Amino acid sequence: MRMRTIKIAAEIAVPVAILVAWQLWTASAHSKFFPRLSTILVEFRKLWLFSQFGTDVVPSLERIGLGFAIAVVAGIAIGIPLGLSRWARLWAMPHIEWWRAMPPPALLPISIVLLHSIGNTQKVAFIAFFCLFPVLLNTIDGVRGIDPTLTETARSYGLPRFERIRRIVLPAALPQIAAGMRNSLSLAVIMMVLSEYFSSTSGVGYVLLISKNTFQLAPMWAAILLIGLLGYLLNLLFVAAERRLLAWHRGWRAATPT
Amino acid sequence: MLEITALGKTYGTGANASHAIGDVSFEVAEEEFVTVVGPSGCGKTTLLKCVAGLLRPTRGETLLRGKRVTGPPEELALVFQEYSRSLMPWTSVRNNVLLPLRHKDLAKSERNRLVEESLESVGLTAAIDRYPWQLSGGMQQRVAIARALAYQPSILLMDEPFASVDAQTRGDLEDLILRVRDQYAITVLFVTHDIDESVYLADRVIVLTHAPTQVKEIVPVELPRPRDQIATKELPEFVHLRAHVARLIKREQAPAEEGLVAAAGNPGGEAG
Repeated sequence: MRMRTIKIAAEIAVPVAILVAWQLWTASAHSKFFPRLSTILVEFRKLWLFSQFGTDVVPSLERIGLGFAIAVVAGIAIGIPLGLSRWARLWAMPHIEWWRAMPPPALLPISIVLLHSIGNTQKVAFIAFFCLFPVLLNTIDGVRGIDPTLTETARSYGLPRFERIRRIVLPAALPQIAAGMRNSLSLAVIMMVLSEYFSSTSGVGYVLLISKNTFQLAPMWAAILLIGLLGYLLNLLFVAAERRLLAWHRGWRAATPT
Repeated sequence: MLEITALGKTYGTGANASHAIGDVSFEVAEEEFVTVVGPSGCGKTTLLKCVAGLLRPTRGETLLRGKRVTGPPEELALVFQEYSRSLMPWTSVRNNVLLPLRHKDLAKSERNRLVEESLESVGLTAAIDRYPWQLSGGMQQRVAIARALAYQPSILLMDEPFASVDAQTRGDLEDLILRVRDQYAITVLFVTHDIDESVYLADRVIVLTHAPTQVKEIVPVELPRPRDQIATKELPEFVHLRAHVARLIKREQAPAEEGLVAAAGNPGGEAG
């Protein structure tokens, strides 16, 4: 009960206190660059609830969703064979390390040139590309980390390859794949903002850019607030889903010594 | 039904070669219970994995019902020592037992029957929908045994299956395996480092030398069946047999131990 109270305080009370402090400070400071919280909130309501929700928030969410989904599917599909084969890793890892080390903004111009697009194709491809790596590397690690006793059990029972992957490899690697997915999801929000900020005609990042360029600071802050909330809520949703689907993992870890 | 001929396994080559198994030959008859016992580190597990088709032997061969073993044979099941690691923690006891049946050409009802029957024979009907990690160590190993039984093998290989459970559970599991062996009429090849266990369970005990492993002696065990943890173990024949096997193994360990003593007594070996 006490722990619960502390948790609620940390999750809600402290952020509220910070917002109140922000409001009090901005009200007395009269700074052009730091509008009052109340002004930001009014702007937030005006923009996002819901006049520009359909034109800017929905496209951004679509890009995140699609890019993330592609990254997850591709990361698992490529990661499993790489995790299973030392030979495949030997050839593929240098390329993965190279592209992984590439700073995303460096690839923004080329993504526009290559895809002839500043629309959804380019944004989704950009998000998917950089979200691929956390899923891919975690899948490889997860597959490599499977207990050999389990693989030998599957082998001794003559499980066909596909069945072995489906019944043993994938579920065994799933907790680590989920950890990668969680990283990718927050990365997807970053990539969404980045790609929309660089070249776009819609999206939350686009609103951020336009407001900044036209010195409309209240909408700019409203966009920042929305982006923060988006990232936070997406993570919250993901963690909730993970807790349900991987409940066995927590139970198993609690039951197994070491 | 199982013939192991001049089996040998060497890891590495040249100067780094480690000869795990020198030259092992023996046979296991239909429905026989054979235990394999030897000094620690004598390559018992390596031997079993070669027989199970999980490891390729360097020399010699294994014939199962006259067919050479090149990969895991369909009529053979293997139970590992590490029960908690051979079971899938993400799914129920039922699905764990079902695992080796999914790709077999069986009707769904038949599959379920096999799963339920094998779990019943190890006394785990009540635990069918639990996760393996919700069960005690002994129960988990019973799940692994039920899974092997549901697979309907003609031969069951067991690699020190009861080494990580407490003594009482161990006795119970020994009796359980003798019971299901009769019920399912299967052949068992059982590796252990426990001398009492090797004599208590077996029709014959195969005593191995230290590495590179050879067969030291094959000891026939003609104790009456059914065996009983108390009555069998107080029979003079049991006491005599276990002493005989213990002596064989002790003689195998002696040179290694002398080597250790010599090393410890060597002043050059002491730091400072």
